[in-house]
Amino acid sequence: MAICRRVVLRFPKNLVEKPFVYHLVKDYNLQFNILKAQVTPSEEGIMSLELKGQKDNYNKGIEFLTKAGVTIEQLGQNISKNDKLCTQCGLCISVCPTPALVLDQKTRQVSFNSNHCIACEMCVKVCPVKAMEVKFD
Amino acid sequence: MAKTYEEINEKIKKGQAVVVTAEEIIDIVAEKGLKKAAHEVDVVTTGTFGPMCSSGAFLNFGHSTPRIKLGGGHAYLGTVPVYTGLAAADVYIGATAIPDDDPRNKVYPGEFNYGGGHVIEDLIAGKDLVLNASAYGTDCYPRKKLETLINIQDINEAILFSPRNAYQNYNCAVNLTDKIIYTYMGVLQANLGNANFCSAAQLSPLLNDPLYKTIGIGTRIFLGGGIGYVAWNGTQHNPAVKRKDNGVPQAGAGTLSVIGDLKQMDPKYLRGASFLGYGATLTVGIGVPIPILNEEICQYTAVRNQDIWCQIVDYGKNYPNNIPGSLGEVNYAQLFSGEVECQGKKIPAAPISSYSVAREIAATLKDWIKKGSFELTKPVQTLPGPGNGIVSKVLKERPVSPTLE
Repeated sequence: MAICRRVVLRFPKNLVEKPFVYHLVKDYNLQFNILKAQVTPSEEGIMSLELKGQKDNYNKGIEFLTKAGVTIEQLGQNISKNDKLCTQCGLCISVCPTPALVLDQKTRQVSFNSNHCIACEMCVKVCPVKAMEVKFD
Repeated sequence: MAKTYEEINEKIKKGQAVVVTAEEIIDIVAEKGLKKAAHEVDVVTTGTFGPMCSSGAFLNFGHSTPRIKLGGGHAYLGTVPVYTGLAAADVYIGATAIPDDDPRNKVYPGEFNYGGGHVIEDLIAGKDLVLNASAYGTDCYPRKKLETLINIQDINEAILFSPRNAYQNYNCAVNLTDKIIYTYMGVLQANLGNANFCSAAQLSPLLNDPLYKTIGIGTRIFLGGGIGYVAWNGTQHNPAVKRKDNGVPQAGAGTLSVIGDLKQMDPKYLRGASFLGYGATLTVGIGVPIPILNEEICQYTAVRNQDIWCQIVDYGKNYPNNIPGSLGEVNYAQLFSGEVECQGKKIPAAPISSYSVAREIAATLKDWIKKGSFELTKPVQTLPGPGNGIVSKVLKERPVSPTLE
């Protein structure tokens, strides 16, 4: 069975220079789409990936990463909309590259669907009242 | 069958007034016809909730012991500078003021996390703020330094007084350049990547009274969750712009200067806001009641999103260089649908003012009037209309003569 998952990989400093994505393709036949990648000032690497492939291959790939010391979390779960702060203005909609943030035609409120979120964090930067939040575990 | 302000207020006092929102009146007119609707409905309430940079508040702290003359000195609320070019204990806090050490756009695009709008929100929320001031000292005001906590409930006056709010219609902003830009209309993607717009459209106060027949100086309004008044026409009031047959301007036109007691306002309807790459501001909630004096006024309030048109303006090159011109005209029904067409390209459209809070404001004002706690006022003077010869000007720069050497 083929599956498609969006994950955030965190590489500690000692793993930043290793070619993990190469192994995911070569050894586990997984398709990848890099949504975002960065190395933080403390030299931790963060990469958001969309991975597509056979379920058992996907699971083996994830196991390979985990054993190597990479931390993995499901993407989208770490962005949330704080409805106490949100004014339902719509500014975030214009920068969202996916249908994760849309204006409900009836209520005219902004709805956030984390399943579509690729955690690009543009909404976090743009929101004038800081209602879009990033949570780190 | 015309009604008067007095007759409507009598009904309000008795709790018998028929009050509906600017959304509800649309269906009422469609179902019952204009004549019957104008006869039955007494008041239509409007609302808007959007970023309004020309906003601010006068504060009087009361005199310190010994006295200090803030006038001509420097003062800060928290880290934000306030205007002191007034008497000893008065200051003005403007919505776009930012801390001296804010990095601004040095790290582009700047974040502008805290500014005057946030100070105003924090004040109303009842937070203690640090007032920090320095002065030059005089015989009657000897003190040179002041540092104290203040709270809105302890100071003498806190008066919201904004020179320009509640724009009647606005631009739809796009970007024709090949670089992303950060504007007061939000982030505009390169090459017509998106369109942003800013109006409550069919709910917006001045779009429901397009020719200023009822909204004028002295009109009592919902302001920031409390009660305020229209003080004057707003700055840049520009009634002479082109209008459709329904009287509705096809671009930014009228504006309102508004005033009210900040102490009774609600931080929910006055929110500090940060515009990426642009600056700090205040999001202001305003609702204006429109008395249905006759059929003509009723007809105006029945305006729908599809009857209100605005201009698509390029903020990449034209707007910054003050080059007039429109890339096309769209109506708010199209804009709210989430997609508009410009130069043959379909582009996503998103609002930057909150229609849902505008709706809430119109409903709250409706409630106040129905309960008899909010009566209407007849304007002392109406605002300048299209025939008054007022046109908003651009700055005409003149060379400054060189100093004699």
